[in-house]
Amino acid sequence: MSKSIAELEEMARKCRIEICKMTHRAQAGHPGGSLSEIDILCALYGNRLNVRPDEPKWEDRDRFILSKGHASPGMYAVLAEAGFISNDDLKSYRVKGGVCQGHVDMKWCPGVDFSAGSLGMGLSFGMGNAIAAKLDGSNRTIFVMVGDGEIQEGSVWEAAMAATHHELGNLKLFIDCNRIQNDDFCENQMRMFDIPGKWASFGWAVKEIDGHNMEEIVSAIDWMDSITDKPVVVVANTVKGKGVSFMENNPGFHGAAPNDEQLAQALSELGVSA
Amino acid sequence: MSRMAATRDGYGEALLELAENPKVVVLEADLGKSTKSLHFRKKYPERTVSCGIGEQNMLLVGAGLAASGYIPFASTFAIFTERAFEQMRNGIARPNLPVHLCGSHGGTHTGTDGSSAQSIEDLAIYRALPNVIVMHPCDDTSTKILTKQLPESGKPSYMRTARNKTPVLYDGRENEIKIGRGVVLKDGDDVAIIACGVLVHEAMIAAEELSKNGMSVAVIDMHTIKPLDTDLIDKYSSKCGAILTAEDHSIIGGLGGAVAEHIVSTNPVPMERIGVKDRFGESASSEEMLEMMELKSHHICKAAQKLVARKS
Repeated sequence: MSKSIAELEEMARKCRIEICKMTHRAQAGHPGGSLSEIDILCALYGNRLNVRPDEPKWEDRDRFILSKGHASPGMYAVLAEAGFISNDDLKSYRVKGGVCQGHVDMKWCPGVDFSAGSLGMGLSFGMGNAIAAKLDGSNRTIFVMVGDGEIQEGSVWEAAMAATHHELGNLKLFIDCNRIQNDDFCENQMRMFDIPGKWASFGWAVKEIDGHNMEEIVSAIDWMDSITDKPVVVVANTVKGKGVSFMENNPGFHGAAPNDEQLAQALSELGVSA
Repeated sequence: MSRMAATRDGYGEALLELAENPKVVVLEADLGKSTKSLHFRKKYPERTVSCGIGEQNMLLVGAGLAASGYIPFASTFAIFTERAFEQMRNGIARPNLPVHLCGSHGGTHTGTDGSSAQSIEDLAIYRALPNVIVMHPCDDTSTKILTKQLPESGKPSYMRTARNKTPVLYDGRENEIKIGRGVVLKDGDDVAIIACGVLVHEAMIAAEELSKNGMSVAVIDMHTIKPLDTDLIDKYSSKCGAILTAEDHSIIGGLGGAVAEHIVSTNPVPMERIGVKDRFGESASSEEMLEMMELKSHHICKAAQKLVARKS
């Protein structure tokens, strides 16, 4: 806990390396959205979440719900950094019997608190976690991350409305706005116009940040913690594929793995010497 | 004449009694007055979560509560639970979270609301999900007892209740009711009628009628469709040599489907299925609907006679 900004940035760099290696090894998976979310995940696991890697089911842990569960390489990389799983476990990504299932799964991987894979479900699940925390009289916090394409799912807005109705001040949402979804740019698939304005109109406290600026992320988390009477959302503007030049802003790397040559280039760009 | 009651009332009473467990919470989607969770809400508002008219969110809020050690009971009309089928599948059944879903107003017996409200496929779809207990009790007494047994199961469940009143069959027989165990309400040797829900009463009338013609008919209340009481089915397929299923549900995939799937690989005796014949309903009274869908006792009698003819 309590890593410096530089340490969090280094953690994110190491996670980016693992994301590329994992998807390359599996020759499948979702590197783009993993690379866009990873700085926020590192800030949460490195500096904020009250969790116990040696006791992953500890009842009063904070929760992190990765709703965009296809971006699992990012989650696994950060869980390995945080000590929930080993670096060796990362080799089990998409491999039969492995803890690192294709989409994050609470039944398979220590430290995973939600079985994802179908978009639009995590915020509702997190809302259930948040109500449970209130009923328990606990001040544990529930963080959820969704993708920007994901909020096209109607059920997200059922949850958005219900969370303010129930005044869930312990529910904190990140939207990873990397502007790309499976088939193409969001702009071409389904324009979402004013995303912060939509959440504000549902009664959420809203802040917009650069999702790759570690200082901004850390202070946004402090801001999230300061609001306790309503749910809060941080709209994080990110770059899909961030950190690997040929993946950045490239819809082709939403759900495609790098080949040998591309992996070598990616690792070189991420500071791994050949 | 037996006492008349609706199974949904048994559900409402069970919730009130379950409330002594502080982990029990109730989730509503604006139909608590109809599903009868309103009694719990009135007494325990702090443990009742209104999800508005949002079934998909409701089921996953339940999943999140269950994952935090709570025992959520969520209810809405059977037909509207289906809107959240994938939430039930991916968010509840797959991680095996003990969320208990009750779909009231199931079947064509629902009546005048018409076909949009008459779920005839709920048992089939939930039965296809691993981990999920699926039940359709026949009276308020068994509904209450089965609901109260759910927390100890530790598994997700779907239970269909009915809107309208039917005769109570279990008063005085409460201790025979257990999740996963069919109940022999009437013994017999020639045909075994395996029924669930509102058709159990129709099956009892049919058995009575058939006995006047010298036919010995067993009636089994198969309130739990999953896990199916296969031992009891095997026993009665051997004993009677003919099976007749009866349900206010599509003949595709429900109780009839479940029983047929089982006996085809154990003891494939002659079998007939009473159920909704792959069509939608319409607005009419409960009794008119049962008649229209050919689910009445006289339809059951006719099918039983056909079975006996097939046996010889």
